[in-house]
Amino acid sequence: MCETCGCGDPEIVPIEVQERILSDNDAQAGHNRIHFEGLGVLAINLMGSPGAGKTAVLEATSKAAAGRLKLGAVSGDLATERDADRLNAAGIVSSTITTGSACHLDARLVHHALHHFPSGDRDIFFIENVGNLVCPAIYDLGQAANVVTLSVTEGEDKPLKYPVMFQKADLVLLTKVDLIPHLDFDVAAVEDALARVMPGANMLKVSAKTGDGIDAWLHWLEDRRPAAVERPSEAHEHHDHEHQHEHD
Amino acid sequence: MHEYSIVASLIDRVQHEAALHGGTRVHRLHVKIGELSGVEVDLLKTAFDTFREQTICDGAELAIDTVAPAWACPSCDRSLALGAILRCADCGKPARMVQGDEIILERIEMEAPDV
Repeated sequence: MCETCGCGDPEIVPIEVQERILSDNDAQAGHNRIHFEGLGVLAINLMGSPGAGKTAVLEATSKAAAGRLKLGAVSGDLATERDADRLNAAGIVSSTITTGSACHLDARLVHHALHHFPSGDRDIFFIENVGNLVCPAIYDLGQAANVVTLSVTEGEDKPLKYPVMFQKADLVLLTKVDLIPHLDFDVAAVEDALARVMPGANMLKVSAKTGDGIDAWLHWLEDRRPAAVERPSEAHEHHDHEHQHEHD
Repeated sequence: MHEYSIVASLIDRVQHEAALHGGTRVHRLHVKIGELSGVEVDLLKTAFDTFREQTICDGAELAIDTVAPAWACPSCDRSLALGAILRCADCGKPARMVQGDEIILERIEMEAPDV
């Protein structure tokens, strides 16, 4: 019965839901995951602050993997296609998801980009998220792993300040380590901070400029590649899973 | 400010439930938000107050139950202090989050004459 005025009509009824508010995004992410796994592609959600070096790490990765791995990427960018242009120039087949004012990618945006992606035979597919240490952390995109870039110019306490992002990371790339001799950056302090927010804390030190650590990062990626699957010969054709939606 | 996108998802979900149950007006939503979910409760309230207008949630109250984080060892269940190294002191296993990352719609109170 109505609690407010006691009129008794209409009735107020409690409807139990008990579901994640982002369940629609979760379902779309699950669908993307089927796409990636069906193609035998390792999908990586690459996150980090603006300027942490996400694009530079991918450029260095492409250089080190040349001839061994076919790389693809979609880059989330508020306003430009600069990152995708840089990645294409570096040999990574890339497209841009222009998000306008949105501060993160969601599974629907990634799905749309996948259906318009120019290549379907990639070994590793990077989803370069919008530069932001808060919002991207809560949206599953269908990735196999979350990788967070943290540059040495950002300070050792970043993991403590942005615990949600680092808690969701499978790997942290400490970037721009070539700058350490010029800074008062304490690597042990960032390792300690990470250990307090990231279960099974795992960090690799890399420099896109010198190439230091990029081989270890490539090994980390290769260890996670799914077992070989039979691939379709056509680029990004549809597979035998059910689609519940329209494609445009 | 992903709180606006979360509120959009929330209102969509409420509209869906209202259609299912013949709901005509929503009085209150109960949501559960973990302190390590990445959702700011104050921003969520502001976003809800802005977006509920002219939807089925117009005038509805958003009741938020916040959940403090808790970590434990996945094998021996030993709980870890907040801010501690997230590794079991006994067996060395990485800790597992027991609670604190919830972003959940628990319950909707609505006028549903047909229920």
